[in-house]
Amino acid sequence: MSKEKFITLKTQAVPLPIDNIDTDQIIPARFLKATTREGFGENLFRDWRYNSDNTPKADFALNNPTYSGKILVAGKNFGCGSSREHAAWAIYDGGFRVVISSFFADIFKNNALNNALLPVQVSDAFLKKIFAAVEKNPKTEITVDLAQQKVILEDGSSEAFDINPYKKTCLMNGYDDIDYLLSLRDEIKHFELAH
Amino acid sequence: MTRQRKTLFDKIWDAHVVKSSEGHPDAVYIDRHFIHEVTSPQAFDGLRKRNVKVFNPSRTTATADHNVPTIDQHLPIKEALSRHQVETLRKNCKDFGVELYDLGHPYQGIVHIIGPELGLTLPGMTIVCGDSHTSTHGAFGNIAFGIGTSEVEQVLATQCVLQYRPKTMLIDISGTLSKGVVAKDIILYIISKLSASGATGYFVEYAGDAIRNLSMEARMTICNMSIEMGARGGLIAPDETTFNYIKGRKFAPQGDTFDRMVEQWRQLKSDPDAEYDEVVRFDAGDIAPMITYGTNPGMGMKVTDRIPTLNELKDITEQPSFSKSLEYMGLQPGAAILGQAVDYVFIGSCTNARIEDLRLVASMVKGKKKASNVEVWVVPGSKQVEKQAREEGLDKIFEAAGFQLRQPGCSACLGMNEDKIPAGKYCISTSNRNFEGRQGPKSRTFLASPLSAAAAAITGKVTDVRELV
Ligand code: SF4
Repeated sequence: MSKEKFITLKTQAVPLPIDNIDTDQIIPARFLKATTREGFGENLFRDWRYNSDNTPKADFALNNPTYSGKILVAGKNFGCGSSREHAAWAIYDGGFRVVISSFFADIFKNNALNNALLPVQVSDAFLKKIFAAVEKNPKTEITVDLAQQKVILEDGSSEAFDINPYKKTCLMNGYDDIDYLLSLRDEIKHFELAH
Repeated sequence: MTRQRKTLFDKIWDAHVVKSSEGHPDAVYIDRHFIHEVTSPQAFDGLRKRNVKVFNPSRTTATADHNVPTIDQHLPIKEALSRHQVETLRKNCKDFGVELYDLGHPYQGIVHIIGPELGLTLPGMTIVCGDSHTSTHGAFGNIAFGIGTSEVEQVLATQCVLQYRPKTMLIDISGTLSKGVVAKDIILYIISKLSASGATGYFVEYAGDAIRNLSMEARMTICNMSIEMGARGGLIAPDETTFNYIKGRKFAPQGDTFDRMVEQWRQLKSDPDAEYDEVVRFDAGDIAPMITYGTNPGMGMKVTDRIPTLNELKDITEQPSFSKSLEYMGLQPGAAILGQAVDYVFIGSCTNARIEDLRLVASMVKGKKKASNVEVWVVPGSKQVEKQAREEGLDKIFEAAGFQLRQPGCSACLGMNEDKIPAGKYCISTSNRNFEGRQGPKSRTFLASPLSAAAAAITGKVTDVRELV
């Protein structure tokens, strides 16, 4: 099944300068009861976003009309905790296409890449710079260029990021892993018989 | 990359690579796949959309655990969405020919508890599940790790996952454990030293005589929490303890086949001088009963220590997150935690809900009563654990102490069913995560060993178990 293609993106960003944002914050367990992939965006960062009476918390970045855009910028060790792919679905469904952080948890990174959500790992220093730029001007636009593997700020400064070449091809073409694995079915059958 | 002197991890990985081609991650064959109701429905949907069957249904086993009630399991699930999720699992297993240990089945339980106890988890295997604590199974000397739902679909469709080979880390614990220190303290200690992200990108091998001397159940507790320092998984080379545990289990090889397998399993160890990407050593004698004070499992300390102050943090950039975490917990920097009153005690989860854990708790509370300010839930990890606990009379001890013995499931470990810790309340928990809201919105969690939890149940506050044992 093909996914949305990702080539390049230029938008505003939403800042969450908090370290160790775990998957239970991204999407609390009690909202994991759905049996489809859609609709999780509604509960993205549920307990940070809403008071217990379901009124939005005005001081949370996602509720602040000053911030918008398809890029989420977060502190280090983003996505630690559970393997729930719902976290990636919720961020995507919440309108984001990129998460920028200085460090990602492994399973989250895989899950994001499998769902056309691009995790971009930058240096601590560059992350600081992004937070500062967004704080100074919330309307500032950030460019994430996957082809060139670069994050570019409005003042022209930029940093390169790593991405695995295979995953890059998948994202740029909207392929997913299963297509590749299904093409290996005969080899897998042989392996299984010999194993 | 093939190495000269291989680690156990390398040997098992290499034996399972179906295809390794330039520019692609390895296609790794999976021997055992576990599924549960929360992370599998979207994967089965994917199979239907692609019109693909399950590649080898005999290698997948299902159970219902995350989102099930822990009382009155014989009645239909009350909550509509939860009921629908469990019913969807039933339908998917039936449609695709997958074995399901459903609610009420004698083998039902938390997925990482039933695999080992049924002999489905064996040395040398590759094992995955749409659940990060799949690392538990590594205690048997296999490669076991959690995957996302897209990968669950990959395994169902092809019995393989696409993975990059992680780096390897050796964690060696040598020496003798002090009185009152159990497996949970060892792993909380390691995570407090390495931090919640310190092993990200690595697969850990635990070794050293302190690990060798542990029972299988204790080894599972250690491997279980590997993910809490970011590791993909953790494993321990199999030995006689492992083989004795497996022998005679329901789906384990039997008779001559078992003996032949044991001969093969004996080869499963890292070469002398195998090269690891990272080696960390700790002295078992330095480990004390541990407790966490913050909102990630790396924020732990000896129960007699005090919480660090802002100035004591290694990295100044951590201050805002640290303050936010303590504020959530309602605790002060620099404060002691010993004597802190607790409201709930949760004894359960795939970390500490096996029979040895329940025995440990019972040994501490036998003939005693819980403090009046606490509510205590004991949630066995599986139907088999529950049955054995009753056969051994542990249920009577818990009842006399005023504890509630519930039915198997994940329960308050993740608060997905109705077992939630109320807002603002403190819970000392034998589970593995103290994240904000993990046990219920605004709940506050102290992670600790079953012994420490039992001690707190009796005194009503955070207690140094060494005063009681
Ligand atoms: S007991 Fe907790 S950690 Fe273990 S599988 Fe269940 S929810 Fe996950």
